[in-house]
Amino acid sequence: MIKRMFIFIMLALMATIFFNLAWNYTESSSLSKLGHYYVEKGPQEIGAPNLVTAVVVTYRGLDTLGEVTVLFISAAGVGLLLRRSRRKQGNEALKNANETKSDPAEADLAEKSAVTHRAASEIVETAIELLLPMIILFGIYVFMNGHLSPGGGFQGGAIIASGTMFLLLALPESHISRLMIAVTESLSGFSYVVVGVLGVTMAGGFLDNRFIGLGTYGDLFSAGAIPLIYTFVGLKVGFELSAVLDRFRSEDDSADFSEDNSEDTGPA
Amino acid sequence: MNILTDLPISLIVLCSGFCLILLGLWGMLTQRNMIRIIIGFSLMDTGIHMVMVSIGYVTGGTAPIINDAVPMSEAVNLVVDPVPSALVLTAIVIGLGVTAVMLSFAVRIYKTNKTLMIDKLTESKW
Repeated sequence: MIKRMFIFIMLALMATIFFNLAWNYTESSSLSKLGHYYVEKGPQEIGAPNLVTAVVVTYRGLDTLGEVTVLFISAAGVGLLLRRSRRKQGNEALKNANETKSDPAEADLAEKSAVTHRAASEIVETAIELLLPMIILFGIYVFMNGHLSPGGGFQGGAIIASGTMFLLLALPESHISRLMIAVTESLSGFSYVVVGVLGVTMAGGFLDNRFIGLGTYGDLFSAGAIPLIYTFVGLKVGFELSAVLDRFRSEDDSADFSEDNSEDTGPA
Repeated sequence: MNILTDLPISLIVLCSGFCLILLGLWGMLTQRNMIRIIIGFSLMDTGIHMVMVSIGYVTGGTAPIINDAVPMSEAVNLVVDPVPSALVLTAIVIGLGVTAVMLSFAVRIYKTNKTLMIDKLTESKW
C-alpha cells in the first residue's frame, strides 16, 4: 500500500514538472543558433540536401559511430544471453561434435527437426519469393539515397531487417548464415572507421566527408563520403538486426538453460 | 474545436509525449509482468522522442531537406531544426538496442525460472 502511495506521489510530481514545462512552452518562431548554422552552411559545406543526414553523418558523426557501437554491443549481448545450450542434443550430437563446433547452425537445424512446425501457407511462401528481393532492394535504395531524401543507413538497415523478419515468419526453418552476418558486419564496421580516419588524414577531421570531393549537388554520388558511410552503416545495422531477430527465433521449449557449457559461437 | 485548432501543433505533440512518459513510467512501476515492464519502457521511450521532436519544431516549418520547395537561400526561414531530429534518430536506435537486450534477459529469466512475474523472483528481492 505504502509502495503504491510513493508511486502515486512520484507520478504526481513528475506530472507537475511536465505541466509547468508545457504551460510555459512557446513554440519557437526561428531556428536555434546551432540549427541556423547547420541549415545555412550545411548544403555548401557538406553538399547534402538532407540536412538531418548532414548533421547525423558529418557534424555529429562521432555520435553516430558511438550509436553504431551501442547497437553492436546490444546485438552481442543478445547473442550472449540467447545462445543455445548444446548439451541436450544427446548422443547423436556427440558423434558430430566436431561438425557442430564449426557450424552451430547445422546443429540447430537438427535439433529443430524434432519439433514440428506448422508450415506457412502457399500464399505466404510465394509472396516471400516475390517480395523479399524487393524489400531488400528498397532498403538499399533508402540507405543509398540517405543524403538526398528522407532515409539513411539506420532506416535502410531496419527495412532490410524487416525483410529478414518476413523470411523468418514465412519459412521458420530457413537457415541464416552466422558467418556471413559476422563477416559483413565486421567489414562494414571496420570500413566505417577507416573512412573516418581517411577524413583525418585527407580532410578536416575525423569523419569529414570532403576527402572524396563533393561532386554535383543533388546527384546520387555526391556529398563526398556520405553515401559510402551510409552504405556501411546500412549494411551493418541491417545485418546486426537480422542477427538479433535470428537469435530471438523460437527454440526448443524443453531447452535446459541451467548450464552454459557451450563454447561461445560469437554473436559477431 | 476552436481551442484545439488554436493550440500550436508542437504543444499538442509535447503534451502527448509527456502523457506517454507518465504512462510508461506508471507501467514500469506498477506492473509485475516483465513483458509489461518492457512495454512501459518502450512507451516512455516513444514519449521522450515525441518531446524531443516537438522542441525542434519551428512555426510553419517543414522537413529540413533542400529541394525545389525549400530553396537553399530561403531554407533558414522554412525548415525545422535538424539537430533534435538527428538526436531522435540516434535515440530510436539506442532504444531499440536496449529493448532487445531487455527482452533477451526476459527470455533468459523465463528459461531458468519458468515465470515472468517479478514477485516470484525472490532471490533478487531486498
